[in-house]
Amino acid sequence: MSAPETDRSSGFQIRDLKKLFGGGGSLKQFGILGALVVIIIIFQVWTGGKTLQPGNIINIVQQYSYILILAIGMVMVIIAGHIDLSVGSVAAFTGIIVALAMKDWNFPWWAAIILGLVVGGLIGAWQGFWVAYVGVPAFIVTLAGMLIWRGGNQFIGDSATVPVDTGFQVIGKGYLPEFGPNFGVNNATMLLGIFVVLVLIGLEMRGRRTRKVMGASAAPVWISVLRVVILGGVVLVAAYLFATGRVGTSFPVSGIILAVLVVAYSFLTNKTTIGRHIYAVGGNKHAAELSGVNSKRVNFFVMMNMSVLAALAGMIFVARSQASGPFDGTGWELDAIAAVFIGGAAVSGGIGTVAGSIIGGLVMAVLSNGLALKGIQSDLVQIIKGLVLLIAVGVDVFNKSQGRPSIIGLMTRNRSGQGPTDDAISAQVTPGGGTPDTAVPADLPR
Amino acid sequence: METGRNTHPTILEMRSITKEFPGVKALDTVSLTVKAREIHAICGENGAGKSTLMNVLSGVYPFGTYDGDIVYEGTVVRFRDIKQSEAAGIVIIHQELALIPELSITENIFLGNEPGRHGVINWVEAQRRAIELLARVGLDDDPDTQVKNIGVGKQQLVEIAKALNKNVKLLILDEPTAALNESDSQHLLDLILGLKGKGISSIMISHKLNEIEQIADQITIIRDGKSIETLDVKADGVDEDRIIRGMVGRTLGNRFPEHTATIGEVFFEVRNWTVQHPLTTERLVVKNSSFTVRRGEVVGLAGLMGAGRTELAMSIFGRSYGKFISGQVFKDGEEIKLRTVAEAIGHGIAYVSEDRKSLGLNLLDTIKRSVVSAKLSKISRGSVVNDTAEAQVSEEYRKSLRIKTPTVEEGVTKLSGGNQQKVVLAKWMFTDPDLLILDEPTRGIDVGAKAEIYQIIRDLAAQGKGIIMISSELPELLGVSDRIYTIFEGKITNELLVAQADPETLMRSMTSSSQKVVA
Repeated sequence: MSAPETDRSSGFQIRDLKKLFGGGGSLKQFGILGALVVIIIIFQVWTGGKTLQPGNIINIVQQYSYILILAIGMVMVIIAGHIDLSVGSVAAFTGIIVALAMKDWNFPWWAAIILGLVVGGLIGAWQGFWVAYVGVPAFIVTLAGMLIWRGGNQFIGDSATVPVDTGFQVIGKGYLPEFGPNFGVNNATMLLGIFVVLVLIGLEMRGRRTRKVMGASAAPVWISVLRVVILGGVVLVAAYLFATGRVGTSFPVSGIILAVLVVAYSFLTNKTTIGRHIYAVGGNKHAAELSGVNSKRVNFFVMMNMSVLAALAGMIFVARSQASGPFDGTGWELDAIAAVFIGGAAVSGGIGTVAGSIIGGLVMAVLSNGLALKGIQSDLVQIIKGLVLLIAVGVDVFNKSQGRPSIIGLMTRNRSGQGPTDDAISAQVTPGGGTPDTAVPADLPR
Repeated sequence: METGRNTHPTILEMRSITKEFPGVKALDTVSLTVKAREIHAICGENGAGKSTLMNVLSGVYPFGTYDGDIVYEGTVVRFRDIKQSEAAGIVIIHQELALIPELSITENIFLGNEPGRHGVINWVEAQRRAIELLARVGLDDDPDTQVKNIGVGKQQLVEIAKALNKNVKLLILDEPTAALNESDSQHLLDLILGLKGKGISSIMISHKLNEIEQIADQITIIRDGKSIETLDVKADGVDEDRIIRGMVGRTLGNRFPEHTATIGEVFFEVRNWTVQHPLTTERLVVKNSSFTVRRGEVVGLAGLMGAGRTELAMSIFGRSYGKFISGQVFKDGEEIKLRTVAEAIGHGIAYVSEDRKSLGLNLLDTIKRSVVSAKLSKISRGSVVNDTAEAQVSEEYRKSLRIKTPTVEEGVTKLSGGNQQKVVLAKWMFTDPDLLILDEPTRGIDVGAKAEIYQIIRDLAAQGKGIIMISSELPELLGVSDRIYTIFEGKITNELLVAQADPETLMRSMTSSSQKVVA
């Protein structure tokens, strides 16, 4: 089905640009990354340079880190074919328990964090049990959870606001420390940026080496160099911005937590057996089971993992706002779900990436932030965010139905064949109660 | 063509219908003539093209997607969808009933055809007509009963009542008795005969040759997408053997690999295997079946659709189907328990499912991910998958099985059916199985790819693996297997060495439970 290969080693070809990011993987990510860049540029111009001021980007990271953390868990839930509506309530419930543990039971801040994660784990195990082992749809289980844990928060906290220790507040309000000679920048942040660039270079070289070992054709060298230069440049500029904010500020601790989670979960979803199993169950549950995958365990894991991350997000929020309140986390589930779908996940499961979801979340974050900077009222902001979600997913669906992976795919159409959409949808038709011997002509209708 | 006694006018004539799917010619200049007041049976092996032909007739495949003419009641018709064919009085009842279980009988009968005005349903009128229609099909149940609360036999009658409501003139029944017990089947056959008396013609697809012999006036035999012959049951004195000869009569070419089997000792044995239908507790889909497999042997399992072959295989493979009732599995002389798929894989058993797209592959995956998906642990350290090993393994299979693709990074949907099947085979070969169960391994793939799959099967056997090949295509069973079991209605009805087997004998054992055959 694919067009004949042409000589790819010579000269500049627009299709090589596809390899710049994603490296043959999800092209959707590339499209949405482009959208993020465009949105940043538009707001940078429109707000007269306010968007990329150090104070503002620090603010964006602090304000949206917990939504992005939720998006990491949510994309795994959605890849597996479920949904979690309870994350905001789980965050609020954990928040109040942690706040009370420190205030009334004299937990030190670090023990309170561990307690919070355990609470998240228990809630997740409860919800995972209903989804995976009883077979209640996650929509229902987590809708119930949304009510239960919200009510739990207000019952335990007596609908009051409970302040938290300054030690605890670091995970939401803290910054990388100052040390060393004063160059007018935050040294820790700059070092972190340089470290990330070195890691990028290392990964790129390793990637080229493995491709050579496998005998696969690597992208042209200039692609690799260009990729490192662009990504490294972005990282260094970002580091410089974070390092030159108001005195006493630098890269936020919540941003560090987020970054560590993004790396860890990207690894988990891409490189580990459990990651493969999540995609397998979401892509075709029956085929996965017939390949020996324990789909119940996978479903239990994604639901439990989501609640642990929701608990963490809740604690970061409480730390940032210095108190746990009865309405913390309201509507978070919607922001997280929107981020995941803007980031290219499929409602029917099996498709989605951690990186894509983070980019999707950043699109929403920059959009909300930019509109707020322009003094647009929150009612209008909501309308605009809703439209962006609809258009982003609508464009994606349209492209898929046209057999194109993305806007970039459209530009380079001559090479790409048809997307998996039609077959994927028909594959969702499960044999249900019928005998497996039924007359589906396996290969005929297309 | 023979001159039948039926002097009624011709109601339907399908003239040299040709229908192609990518890579497969499903129908090749098929002709079919049905007269008024006639029951016309269509016989053929699975995949011969019977259902495709009926889908062309009823507009499931709209005009323009096939070649040839359909002449119905004297005029050439061009149906764009089922609505149009139904409006003309052609109603198809599929094997899988299209009733909504949660709705009542009345609601089902009038679904999409509700009496009333401006969208407001006249339930009094509907009720009255429902009772009338039910009486015509001999059903005296309360029309308010939910369809899920009546048996399959009665549901079939409701389907016919629904068809009658549409003023059906030509009724198409696809395997109408496949899920019915004997008395329900008889009732249904009587009803079809009764409808014929009232001027309604029927086209009936069935594997149950005794039923066809009993009620059909004409039989058209389809083989490999071609209409072979039309028999007049009464004039030609047709019996089951005559039909079978038509269905299987073809020369065995050299499409099958030359081989000399070196068959070892029995290493796998199933004893008294009994499995219950997952939903209907009183229905046993596999009954007390026993069989053995030797090392280096290809064992054929011959059965028609619905005979219980897939159910047998899947229930052994980690209880993936139905409810386990009783039975034992022995491997290398010791009893083994196969309660989950993981256990089955662990014991060196692989099952290549009949339905590649919904059970065999994750269509969102790439080739390389699919190949390793049934035994990730083999290329993982701890739980981290080694990408390099994954690419190398799948590259090896791409070469050795000659999977036609530019790279193993390609999505499996981009492959043709035959190449997809090779990916599935690679996936299971990668698990290092001792026993491979292949369920219709060549369904829906073209002739060239079939020959390659046969060669792979023989190669696997030559490596000392045991193979069970389930198929309803007798030539391939006879060409590839060393020994063949036949299965009918959940029971193993015969066992033959391939040297003793011939298509007629097999088909007889596949269509009746009586063990009249002397092996």
